[in-house]
Amino acid sequence: MSPLLPKRRRPWLDDPGHIHDVPGPPPMPVEQERVGVELPPEEIEVLEAATEEREPHGDPAPVPEPAEVEVPRALAQEIRRAMQRYPEKRSAAIPALWAIQRRYGYCSPEGITQAAAVIGVTPGYLQSIASFYDLFHLAPEGEHEVLVCTNISCWLRGADDVFAAFKEAAAPMRSTPSEGAPGGVGGEAEQPADVVAEEVPDLFVRHFECLGACDIAPMASIDERYFGPLTKDDAATAVEQLRSGADVLPDKRLEDRGAAGGKRAGGDPRISRHSLNKPPAKAKGSK
Amino acid sequence: MSETRLLFRNIDEPGLAALATYRRLGGYTAIAKAFKEMAPDEVLEQLESSGLRGRGGAGFSMGKKASFLPRGDMDKYLCCNADESEPGAFKDRELVQKNPHQLIEGLIIAARAAGANRCFIYIRGEYDLQGDILDAAVAEAYEAGYLGADVLGSGEQVELVVHRGAGAYICGEETALLDSLEGKRGNPRLKPPFPAVQGLYGGPTLINNVETLSNVPHIVASGADWFKGFGTEQSPGTKVVSVSGDVRRPGNYEVELGIPTRDLIEGLAGGALEGHQIKGFFPGGSSSPVLTGEEGLDIPYSFEAMAEAGSMLGSGSIIVFDETTNVVELALRTARFYHHESCGKCTPCREGTNWTVKMLERMIRGEATPIDLETVASVQTNIIGNCLCVLGDSMAMPVGSMVQKFRPEFDEAIERGVPGVETGGPVRPIEASIAA
Repeated sequence: MSPLLPKRRRPWLDDPGHIHDVPGPPPMPVEQERVGVELPPEEIEVLEAATEEREPHGDPAPVPEPAEVEVPRALAQEIRRAMQRYPEKRSAAIPALWAIQRRYGYCSPEGITQAAAVIGVTPGYLQSIASFYDLFHLAPEGEHEVLVCTNISCWLRGADDVFAAFKEAAAPMRSTPSEGAPGGVGGEAEQPADVVAEEVPDLFVRHFECLGACDIAPMASIDERYFGPLTKDDAATAVEQLRSGADVLPDKRLEDRGAAGGKRAGGDPRISRHSLNKPPAKAKGSK
Repeated sequence: MSETRLLFRNIDEPGLAALATYRRLGGYTAIAKAFKEMAPDEVLEQLESSGLRGRGGAGFSMGKKASFLPRGDMDKYLCCNADESEPGAFKDRELVQKNPHQLIEGLIIAARAAGANRCFIYIRGEYDLQGDILDAAVAEAYEAGYLGADVLGSGEQVELVVHRGAGAYICGEETALLDSLEGKRGNPRLKPPFPAVQGLYGGPTLINNVETLSNVPHIVASGADWFKGFGTEQSPGTKVVSVSGDVRRPGNYEVELGIPTRDLIEGLAGGALEGHQIKGFFPGGSSSPVLTGEEGLDIPYSFEAMAEAGSMLGSGSIIVFDETTNVVELALRTARFYHHESCGKCTPCREGTNWTVKMLERMIRGEATPIDLETVASVQTNIIGNCLCVLGDSMAMPVGSMVQKFRPEFDEAIERGVPGVETGGPVRPIEASIAA
């Protein structure tokens, strides 16, 4: 008995039963009882040997042998240039994925293999990077990209309505991705047939976390350029302009705005627009 | 009630993003002074005595941080954090887009002070236009001899690379930023070792925000004492404050630190929309505890006063919400953001953000019980301080403060729910999960 412990901290002296009276675990079932159930023959299905590739199949792909992968020259050069900018080649992972996405429209498996061959990493490594970052697409997503910010500031100014309007305007027309997708000539032959045939909307609309333009809330990033403040009507106009190839919302571009407090002719346009987006009576939540 | 424009002095000058215009307006004089008239130690001393505090959120002394880098001949790195992704913050966007050379000049001078030879600007992938502008500006600076193997004939080497992210809020956390720059998933690292000792590629690394570095040319050109003439004693200088939400004139306003918050929100930003009252606001981005309109508006806008009031200045982004806003829904929006952006490395943050969202959704559907509110509060206290980075804390603090300050609304949501709000599916009862 340790003399170091005061008696009151040795409960087993008063109640030794509390250790030993704990019921033990239930007995383990005997192996025979669990698996040896006799089934009538008609209820047993004999599986046939797999004819197609199964997931997960075998070991992960190794680092591709550069001599065995055909890489479009421009893509290879772009990735090599990125590698030279950093002390370590892995740093080129994100620039390489951007290059792939620009070329193929999304981070395609072929593109990832090609980039992996150039950088000297496994395709799985690049895939893990691509799946981490929100801006990389892992599947074909259409020609134009519309990201509608629905975070706090934009939500306060009615972003949910703008997002709904974008979705509604973008929904009806659907088409397969055009053959001449931006720069997408090389590598298309190797694409599996089902990827090309899959129906992809021409417009990719999704809501996004804060895009860093709360001063023009509610706003959207359309083909990587910022526009705001937007109304529901603007959404329909923008979709129309995207489809017809016209300039998108020329009066709502972020780059044309002065800093807040700067001189602007004719008062502040944001004030009057706001009342369109959010009339005082608009109920948000319980209100 | 007026702006004090230092970084924003010529912000709307046409063509300011071009080197020629920037130089015509007095740009790139500080760099000449720093490289030709001052020793690196003098530059560092100047920055330290100016009292410039980091503008990214933590508010740590910039000069002190730079002085932590070891001396020696190894490769040293300077990273500019332009991964501005916090809801409510958009000051760096405007600074990079309109005055990229101010940032580049500050970065080169800071590199001299810290002895860094390789610099990176990590800009978020969504800022595509700003990235393009920065690329062009860096090319101009190389051509003019401000960057390269021999900066202004001083024999010093400063290389600068613009690195674009691809959409991850966590990469604004400094160690996650380093991981992302190294070509990995952006997961925060265990600290210590701090980046000043072992950062990018294992080398000593200084990481500063865009606005912090944009202050540097002005301090070097006009002196630390001049800089200390602005703001308060503990928060010297000006701050670009992003005001957004339910105000009449949202935008970036550059003010001296220490002015009353009311002057910012009601003066510069025009106050609440017509016919509405300010219910509350986030004083420093979505990760700062909220303040109600009554208590918060008369607090001076400075690092120390906000800390005293139980909130924080953070990145200096005010989000105002008026009386039409349901705070339970606001809490849900806030929590959803952090749930989505949690990298998943640390359990308290990954699970805590997830369950906070689920519990708030349950309240909104009117399925919650009063004990849920205590559970929400206890989840928040179990996240704070238990993760590698402060992303989880950034959700816990505002959500916790909302529960504390707007308790009646949460109680009402538990009673009746909040109609008209979209939520995910109900949480499956435990018995059903077991039976399945």
